[in-house]
Order: sequence, then structure tokens, then C-alpha cells
Amino acid sequence: MARAIITMPAAARRGEIIEIKALVAHSMETGFRRTQYGDLIPRDIITRFVCTYNGAQIFSAELHPAIAANPLLAFSTVATESGTITFRWSGDNGYAVTETASILVE
Amino acid sequence: MTTRREFLVLACGAASITAATRSEAQLVPNQEALRKAALREAIRKVTGGAPLSRGRVKLDLPPLIDNGNAVPLSVTVENPMTNADHVKAIHIFTEKNPQPYVLSAYLGPRAGRARLATRVRIADSGTVTAVAQLSDGSFWSDSAEVVVTLSACLEEGLI
Repeated sequence: MARAIITMPAAARRGEIIEIKALVAHSMETGFRRTQYGDLIPRDIITRFVCTYNGAQIFSAELHPAIAANPLLAFSTVATESGTITFRWSGDNGYAVTETASILVE
Repeated sequence: MTTRREFLVLACGAASITAATRSEAQLVPNQEALRKAALREAIRKVTGGAPLSRGRVKLDLPPLIDNGNAVPLSVTVENPMTNADHVKAIHIFTEKNPQPYVLSAYLGPRAGRARLATRVRIADSGTVTAVAQLSDGSFWSDSAEVVVTLSACLEEGLI
């Protein structure tokens, strides 16, 4: 079971810039490593991350094997309205994880 | 049953084949030049041939890295984030990894400020480059030299 951790404030003033940290448990196998018998370990990484705020996309990223295991992305957004922020990771071998967080804007 | 003569002929043939492959294997392409070319090509693909200016972008990562498997890295672009003038994308490249690509992040005016942080893998001491694409179509970059003691990606050292 994939595990994702989102760190962001639960409430914010309207117009405030909030920082969001999104971390997901994933080994990010590069595809360049070999086993002790010399066989190449196939690549298994997260390739795409998308963050939407009440349905509107605010941040997205393309990940490559050079991103460390358990990829962490920290970015910011302007708190415009109360609602949910959705985080979606997708990658090799049909990997897909969605996590949501709610925010209260006064 | 193989006669002694047949065995010798076969053995000589096998030896010469091994020798041939080995001499070919010694003609390793210049990895460093290939990786530099791959980095240039990757940056050119992002900019589409547009001029790349230095400045505005600040790439922050430790100059001395003990463990290349998880290197904290942040990119800050000194640019307002308004509808008319904002940072559209931030791309990160490394010189010495098997592939030059690290991360391509797409942001917009709703980001509030143009800052991004992540953790990356770096295979060997070399240059890390960040390229920012602004909404007016200009490209800005910053590079940082890093020294890596424990390499990432490749257990048996650099190929």
C-alpha cells in the first residue's frame, strides 16, 4: 500500500501563500542498477505528479530516475478559497496514488 | 569424439573471437563528452534554441555531498508570479548522471512565489543546472558545482 504524506496548513487567510510538501513512499528504481548476477533491475519510477486545487491544476512535475527514493516535492500556492487539494502520482507498472487534503480559507 | 586436431582448431577460433570482442570493448566512447552532449541536447530541447541567460534563478544545494542518493535541492526564481509575468516551468539537469534529466516542474501564477524543493540523486562530482522558463518566453539559468563522495545510481562506480 502506497503511503503519502502531505504537509500543509489546515487553515489560511485569503491571499496567503502557503507551502505544500508532498511525499510518497516509492523506491524509484532507476533502471541502471544491477543484481549480484549482473542482470539489470528494470526501471520502476514515478513519472508524473499533478496537484489540483478545487479541480484546477496548480502544479505538475515530470520525474526522472534522478529523483531520490520516496520523492518529496515542496512548492507553494495562494490560498484562494476553502476546498480540497488533490495530489496524484502516477508512474511505471500502472502505479497511481491519489491523496487529498482540505484547507479552510477565511 | 573430437580429435586433438579438431580441438586445437576450435580452441584457436574461440580465442581469436574473444580477442576480437575484447579489442572492440576497449574502444569505449568518451563517456564524458557523450554526457556533456546529452546535457546540451536536453537543455536545447527545453529552450528550443532560445538564448539562455544567467541570473534571476538561484539553485541551492550543498557544495559537498556525503551521500549522492538523496541530495536536498531547491530552486528559487526572482520573478513576480502575476498573470502577466510569471514562471512557467523549472527544469533541473545534471551533468554526470546516466541521463541529464532530473525534474521538470510546471507552475503558474497561482503558485504565489517561484520556489521549488526536492531531493535528487547525483552520480558524480560535476555541475547541476536549473533552467527557468518565464511567461514572456525568456530562459534563465543557474549552475552549481558539487563534490560527491558516495555516488548514487551505480553501485560499482561510474560506467
